[in-house]
Amino acid sequence: MSIYMDHAATTPVSESVRKAMEPYFSEKFGNPSSIYALGREAKAALWDAREKAAELLGAESPSEIIFTSGATESNNLAVKGVAHAGAFAIGGVPHVITTSIEHHCVLDSVKFLGKNYGVEVTFLPVNKEGLVDPKEVEKALKPNTVMVSVMMGNNEVGTVEPIAEIGALLKKVKDKRHEANDKTPLVFHTDAVQAFQYFDCDVDKLGVDMLSLTGHKFYGPKGVGLLYVRKGARFIPQQDGGAQERNLRAGTENVPYIIGMVQAMEDAAVSRKESDKHISELSDYLTARILKEIPETELLGPKNVSKRLPHISSILFKRVEGESILINLDLQGIAASSGSACTSGSLEASHVTKAMGYSDLEAHGAVRFSLGKVNKKEDIDKLMEILPGVIEKLRAMSPIK
Amino acid sequence: MADLYNEDVMDHFMNPRNVGVLKNPDGVGETGNPTCGDIMKMYIKVGKNGKGEEYIEDIKFQTFGCGAAVATSSKTTEMMKGKSIAEAKALTNGDVAKELGGLPDVKMHCSNLAAHALHAAIKDYEAKKK
Repeated sequence: MSIYMDHAATTPVSESVRKAMEPYFSEKFGNPSSIYALGREAKAALWDAREKAAELLGAESPSEIIFTSGATESNNLAVKGVAHAGAFAIGGVPHVITTSIEHHCVLDSVKFLGKNYGVEVTFLPVNKEGLVDPKEVEKALKPNTVMVSVMMGNNEVGTVEPIAEIGALLKKVKDKRHEANDKTPLVFHTDAVQAFQYFDCDVDKLGVDMLSLTGHKFYGPKGVGLLYVRKGARFIPQQDGGAQERNLRAGTENVPYIIGMVQAMEDAAVSRKESDKHISELSDYLTARILKEIPETELLGPKNVSKRLPHISSILFKRVEGESILINLDLQGIAASSGSACTSGSLEASHVTKAMGYSDLEAHGAVRFSLGKVNKKEDIDKLMEILPGVIEKLRAMSPIK
Repeated sequence: MADLYNEDVMDHFMNPRNVGVLKNPDGVGETGNPTCGDIMKMYIKVGKNGKGEEYIEDIKFQTFGCGAAVATSSKTTEMMKGKSIAEAKALTNGDVAKELGGLPDVKMHCSNLAAHALHAAIKDYEAKKK
């Protein structure tokens, strides 16, 4: 028996995606930059994918889509590229604002800029539910702020951030700068990796200038992503050596994977409402049963499922450590993940949970269950046959009162 | 998780020896690091053997932590039960990890502190004795 409850980590490639990708490995394998028929065929397929991606994000033009190797690259490119361009534009030290709960690929890119290039950086606080207050964004803005990056939905606790509200606020700042003939750019970026499967990511409705996605969080392949860049938002490319992606991202395009990702985007857009409902119900059921049947537990993030990414239920088990829970579940065939990064090479407790005001010890007791298409109510029933006993056994061992 | 820990570590994690609290212990020691998420508590009962040496007559532990933290705690109690205080003092965290057939590198620092907890318990015992 195996039950997969870690869809926020990755998802399986769906059948329709695999089918869409298949011809582009060995049959239509041309390099889109080649001039002969085989190359042109690949180029046309790539353009077609770009058009679809642009349409699904409500972008004005397909050339606003830059395909990358995944969200880590997209986020590095956005953060470093915009700060770099901003420094040139203002001829001085730029300021970048982000939040304290971003994925490490944003967080560490911003820290890198501060440490190595003296870029001014601000990490916004969040409340106990992991929510960023748009007023904090407003307060943090400086005359040299060139970028604000706020994730759309948090990958660990599922909090959905008020992106549209922040977007509207920043629009006003941009307009003011424009009126004052101030050439300081201001780029609003969002990491929408976890949100795309369940939320409309129309870039105009969100008011974002840049948006990052990766294929494998919504039933597409790993190793492929995109960065939406609004026309006029400037960034300095971070890799050289080819004219691909309008000279903005050198390297032969990963045609089959791009096509797979865009197919997955289409599928997600079609099934969004339905899968949101299905997953919300399941997550609610899971959360309710754990909170009711296991004492000393707490749901991390907003309590109302409509304010969270529906697939993520992050539960704090007091007086127990996450990894020890995960191993016990794994031995029974259940895959989940821990807020404690113990297994990923770093022993420190989650920066997200800590930013929400929890202690180190509490943060070490977080387990994230993230559901997906394959999960059924029976999976949760099975989990609940095992989990209470595991927690009881580990608590009996715990020196913490 | 076959690759995360070896068989012996998994055995000690899933079936820990000497878990719990000793009633009226002679010494109690606690060590750990909340940042890393490992807290270990050792309880000892000290007796005198035939040669008049002090030895660990009984030992129990409680641990909050990952698989390695629990396994090293359990192994320490198993290794040290019946051993003299002098032997217990000489035990290192490295000895415990070695006896377990090794731990993942990342776990060597934070999660391998059981010998320290035992030393703290001995220190507590000796302080009370004075």
